Amino acid sequence: MKFVDDFRDPQKAQVLLQKIQALVKRIELCRHRPVWIMEVCGGHTHTIFRYGLNKMLPEEVEFIHGPGCPVCVLPRGRVDDCIALAERSDVIMTTFGDAMRVTGSKGSLLQARAKGADVRMVYSPLDALQIARDHPNKEIVFLGLGFETTMPSTALTILQAQKEGIKNFSLFCNHITIIPTIRAVLDSPNLQLDAFLGPGHVSMVIGLAPYAFIAQQYGKPMAIAGFEPLDILQSVWMVLTQLAEGRCEVENQYQRVVPPQGNVQALQAIHRVYEGREFFEWRGLGSIDHSGVRIREEFAAFDAERKFQVPDVTIADPSSCQCGEVLTGAIKPNQCNVFGTSCTPEHPLGALMVSTEGACAAYYHYGWIDRNDIQPVNAPA
Amino acid sequence: MCLGIPGQIVEIHSEEDKVALVDVGDVRRQVNIMCIVDDEHPPASCVGDWVLVHVGFAMSRIDEAEATRTIELLAEMSDVQAKIEHGAIMPKQDTP
Amino acid sequence: MQDQRVTLAHGSGGKAMRDLIQNMFVRTFDNATLGALEDQAIFPLPELLRYGNRLAFTTDSYVVHPLFFPGGNIGELAVNGTVNDLAVGGARPLYLSCSMVMEEGLSMDVLAQVVHSMKRAADHARVTIVTGDTKVVERGSADKLFINTTGIGVVPEEISLSAQRAQPGDTIVTNGFIGDHGVAILLARNELALESNVESDTQPLHDLIAKMLEVCPAIRSLRDATRGGIATVLNEFATAAGVSMLLHESSIPLKDSVRGACELLGLDPLYLANEGKLIAIVPPDLAQSLITAMQTHPAGEHSAIIGTVQESPPGTVLMSTTFGGTRMVDTLTGEQLPRIC
Repeated sequence: MKFVDDFRDPQKAQVLLQKIQALVKRIELCRHRPVWIMEVCGGHTHTIFRYGLNKMLPEEVEFIHGPGCPVCVLPRGRVDDCIALAERSDVIMTTFGDAMRVTGSKGSLLQARAKGADVRMVYSPLDALQIARDHPNKEIVFLGLGFETTMPSTALTILQAQKEGIKNFSLFCNHITIIPTIRAVLDSPNLQLDAFLGPGHVSMVIGLAPYAFIAQQYGKPMAIAGFEPLDILQSVWMVLTQLAEGRCEVENQYQRVVPPQGNVQALQAIHRVYEGREFFEWRGLGSIDHSGVRIREEFAAFDAERKFQVPDVTIADPSSCQCGEVLTGAIKPNQCNVFGTSCTPEHPLGALMVSTEGACAAYYHYGWIDRNDIQPVNAPA
Repeated sequence: MCLGIPGQIVEIHSEEDKVALVDVGDVRRQVNIMCIVDDEHPPASCVGDWVLVHVGFAMSRIDEAEATRTIELLAEMSDVQAKIEHGAIMPKQDTP
Repeated sequence: MQDQRVTLAHGSGGKAMRDLIQNMFVRTFDNATLGALEDQAIFPLPELLRYGNRLAFTTDSYVVHPLFFPGGNIGELAVNGTVNDLAVGGARPLYLSCSMVMEEGLSMDVLAQVVHSMKRAADHARVTIVTGDTKVVERGSADKLFINTTGIGVVPEEISLSAQRAQPGDTIVTNGFIGDHGVAILLARNELALESNVESDTQPLHDLIAKMLEVCPAIRSLRDATRGGIATVLNEFATAAGVSMLLHESSIPLKDSVRGACELLGLDPLYLANEGKLIAIVPPDLAQSLITAMQTHPAGEHSAIIGTVQESPPGTVLMSTTFGGTRMVDTLTGEQLPRIC
């Protein structure tokens, strides 16, 4: 596959790994501890574990898994709100696939479907809009999740609905923005980080400028990274090079996709349809100021929160849940007290175990086995 | 929210609604191309373009030259590394 | 038979039901045993003993939605799936039962198509559908049509296959491309609005397996990879035998179109359903000659060695990726859902 296979080339990986090995010897702090690199984005966490990158890299490089998994941080109360909407006989609830398994206090959307709610999985908000056209007698609600990567898609869908005069479509908006998220991580008192791998697909929308403060105010090097394994390794090499050379910049590894100025049409759509919320709750992290968006008054007819009554209750995770500490990178998933015991993918206590790119689910599924455990025998060429 | 995959635009379905057919490794899907069209790139001109597809939208035009540049940079690293290993050149501190 | 529908009368035991059985099932499945319409099918034991010394007996229910999908329909699955469950035990499949639970309102045309597909699949697999049952439930109580097939076969004396027999050093073998059926079903459901030419791989495997056992009687374990994909079978083998399975990603046969769908949706092909694929565990020195023999059979054209059995960690499945790293291939939790991240 074009633009994919090239970036999965194992030979180039080996070269990068050798270069990284050489680089860490030039980084002063590596004499005392590993370099801590946070990958913000859940998609990066997934790639790291799917390809075993954390085991391929030298011990001097350690990933801290950041909170960039919108499915994982969807608050339980908001899941309950979705279920309340789905249970209405006049509503068809539409959602992305992996959001169906997140649990609130009354189970998940998948379980609600088993009990008779009309919940449908879609690939795109445009497919939800099509369901609205096909079912004029029903109210179609789409669960809008995601960072700035996905905001343009829901915004453009609302604009299309408005253009066509569609009256039975609305969005339950849970979009979150990346910059307050990163700032909250940087301000987190117990967290030490040396560098960032920036979210490649958020950046194709917002460009590079919003990240400048990370280098300038907080002094952390950053590389905006693509999602193939070579992209991640090259980005690691780039931030390590910055550390070795005493530089501190925001660099763009994902140049083939990320234009430095972002995407004008996408940003226009976002600004037209959405405005900031002062407070928005994150599961496991509490409220992060200005991190959420809501639908502007002009588009109130497409706002499920205005159209329908929802319970709107804040529900805490169980007290044994340590998702917040994992989300900010303070502990690793396998250091959580309930990891693998009372919290498993079959019975998740917290959201990080639900979505496949939640750090805990990634650890659990792809293995936290030691790098020395595997001794292949007679591997075919 | 990150799952995006490169695909090639093979057909325009609606110039007005900015809808195109994209091919991702032999699988095809309608996508909205609103984010990648402008005065310089009207819909009809997008056929053949490679784009990054996310939840049914083409979110970015993939810059083939940049992709090639990245791969070449990595290939160059391989060549340099091989030469170092074979003693043909000395490693420099600031070797890219 | 324009727009005729199945009604509750067709399941009530009266004339409508007898006519349906006679005209639809007996006529189509066309064999003397079924035609006798006794309450049971009876076979003299000496006849069965010609094929081996043990009876194999399996059952499966088919509830696939939609009923028709690229490459097949529920009828073919119902025959091939049960035939394959017998075949992977080394049995020669002989007879099937066919139990139909129909939803009131099911189109007779649809039913006829399914039944004819079953007949074609049974002929191709050289099995006979000898007994059956017909029930009709009220509208809403079943999703159009559910089929149960139960099968019997006979296992030759010399065959001894078991999930527990895998040993470190053994080779993992499959007979072709994985994930086709899973993607075909996803596409047919149309929730994701994808177009592709991927078709279900539904096919009977007993002929291929008979050839495999003839060429390599020392095959240790054999299973067909249905729901949950090859990852599930390998985890079952690893747990049963207390070994580790090491897959080599670059060796796993995967069609471009299946790969494209998986990349687009964020799915892992290792967990996608198959309906015509098997996993065999084979002693290492015999694997290559087995593969060569399999590749001459239509059901094994793209057979490949996809991994090796390791000693540890026991009960695990690992994969060395095309990229050079290694990751675990865990058992599936719940249903695999397309992801957005």
